[in-house]
Amino acid sequence: MGKTLSEKILSQKSGSDARAGDIVVAQVDLAFVQDGTGPLALRQLAESGIEGVADPKQVAFFLDHASPSPNRELSQDHALLRHFALKNGVQLWDIGEGVCHQLVVESYASPGEVIVGADSHTVTAGALAAFATGMGSTDVAIAIALGRTWLRVPESFRVVLRGKFKKGVYAKDLILHLIGKLGADGATYKALEFCGRGVTGMGMSERFTIANMAVEAGAKVGLFPADETTRAYLESRGRGERFRLLRPDPDANYEETIEVDLEGLEPTVSMPHAVDNIVLAKELKGEKVEQVFIGTCTNGRLEDLAVAARILKGKRRHPSVRLLVAPASRGVLMEAMAAGYVKDLLEAGAAILPPGCGPCVGIHQGVLGDGERCLSTANRNFRGRMGNPEGFIYLGSPATAAATAIAGEIIDPREMM
Amino acid sequence: MLKGRAFKFGDNISTDDIAPGRWFHLRSNLPELAKHLLEDVHPGFTSGVRPGDFIVAGKNFGLGSSREHAAVIIKMAGVAAILARSAARIFFRNAINVGLPVLICDTDKINDGDELEVDLEGRKVKDITNGAELSIGKFPEVMLKILDEGGLVPYIKKYKDFEIP
Ligand code: SF4
Repeated sequence: MGKTLSEKILSQKSGSDARAGDIVVAQVDLAFVQDGTGPLALRQLAESGIEGVADPKQVAFFLDHASPSPNRELSQDHALLRHFALKNGVQLWDIGEGVCHQLVVESYASPGEVIVGADSHTVTAGALAAFATGMGSTDVAIAIALGRTWLRVPESFRVVLRGKFKKGVYAKDLILHLIGKLGADGATYKALEFCGRGVTGMGMSERFTIANMAVEAGAKVGLFPADETTRAYLESRGRGERFRLLRPDPDANYEETIEVDLEGLEPTVSMPHAVDNIVLAKELKGEKVEQVFIGTCTNGRLEDLAVAARILKGKRRHPSVRLLVAPASRGVLMEAMAAGYVKDLLEAGAAILPPGCGPCVGIHQGVLGDGERCLSTANRNFRGRMGNPEGFIYLGSPATAAATAIAGEIIDPREMM
Repeated sequence: MLKGRAFKFGDNISTDDIAPGRWFHLRSNLPELAKHLLEDVHPGFTSGVRPGDFIVAGKNFGLGSSREHAAVIIKMAGVAAILARSAARIFFRNAINVGLPVLICDTDKINDGDELEVDLEGRKVKDITNGAELSIGKFPEVMLKILDEGGLVPYIKKYKDFEIP
């Protein structure tokens, strides 16, 4: 019988005939940590008695969560990571470079690779047909030390996308809709493998948004086939030679098939405090917000800022709404400046934050006050996520965010387009 | 055989609930971070829990971020095992890696405060208070071995590599 994308990649990387349910030891092409998970990984590495790293070129550190550091404790953690990186020849992406997952897809990930990151949204690189999955500090520490990890080959859900998005509807609306359908644990331990005409018509940025949130349905990985769009992206990033066509076999075995007609989707919002708590944006009309945040590894790319800038250009944020924008990487910020988006956003009243996670995880920058509501383009709205358990987080697309910033209340962005 | 009391939680307890992000700066100071364990969902948990007690939860325990600190501080609080109807993937693996058993069983039958007896080898849970007996779901051999050694670091120290047949 044929193989799913997961089975193909893990067969190759483990040198075995890997099938769903098997336990394999796979070669790891990239193991990475960020500033929140890295210090524990380094302490565990030291504990394990293994000196140094298997191959420094296959390891990366990112200082993105607390970037720049807001306090002494985190400055010490940053120093620890910088020191280790320097000593072991590991590339460290310092503050201001961007969110780890964005930098991984810009500079590392390629089809057929295995990537493990000490961050749950490592799944983002699945959009490039890499088997990319999040793990904890100790697992990644051992992957750094050995260049290998153990994995259970997941069963796959085949997600068939048909048609095209209507105007004002985006990849974020699709993935929120899908998580609503599956539930927050509907795909636990499974691979989501996307296919269909809808995928062919989709740009890389949209695929990143979708793969990024696979973990919000519990999935281990969110995989896209490697096609001409993948090739063009890798060429634009100077990695054209690492492209190869990769798709599942036609007779692969799937645990489930889910079909989504993109045509039928509408702007969608996830309500506090669960990602699968989905409604249509128009149903929330009149729900006031105090803050709008555009950014993160989900929706902080150039295409996202372009959508927001187009809606906000020549307009102003509502006087009672704070508008925060954190580009996902330095490259994104530079391109957004060249395209004039940064000017449009600033003129509309936005505060531009340094590339990085920004207010996403409640460490600094844009922590909510008691009872305050935020419409965010991030991937999680758990209670306390943005630093205050008395805050309320709604998730939506960059278009919904931009329109909400103008209206001062949640609104279907098509009313502003 | 493990013996202790049940502290009952609902579904979808996230790692933000277990180790809130606002205490991010305490991640290299685990004893301090541990003081905030579960404080938003169960205020006073850390002062009530005794070594050997169990966290008993519904489905999808530990969803969200990969922060292993969540599993570490549960273990530091003296919790002997987590019993849940299901657990999120990364949390499950993290817990085993730090030597904290996560046992999948039908926790609906257990009430808050019940006395439990857990037989890890026999894969059985007995609720002494109400007499219910539950069986524990299986997990992969490699995880059992890691758990046997007390976590992934001692496992690697002993075997130097992954021992997978
Ligand atoms: S942007 Fe948010 S979700 Fe993405 S890596 Fe940073 S903290 Fe995590």
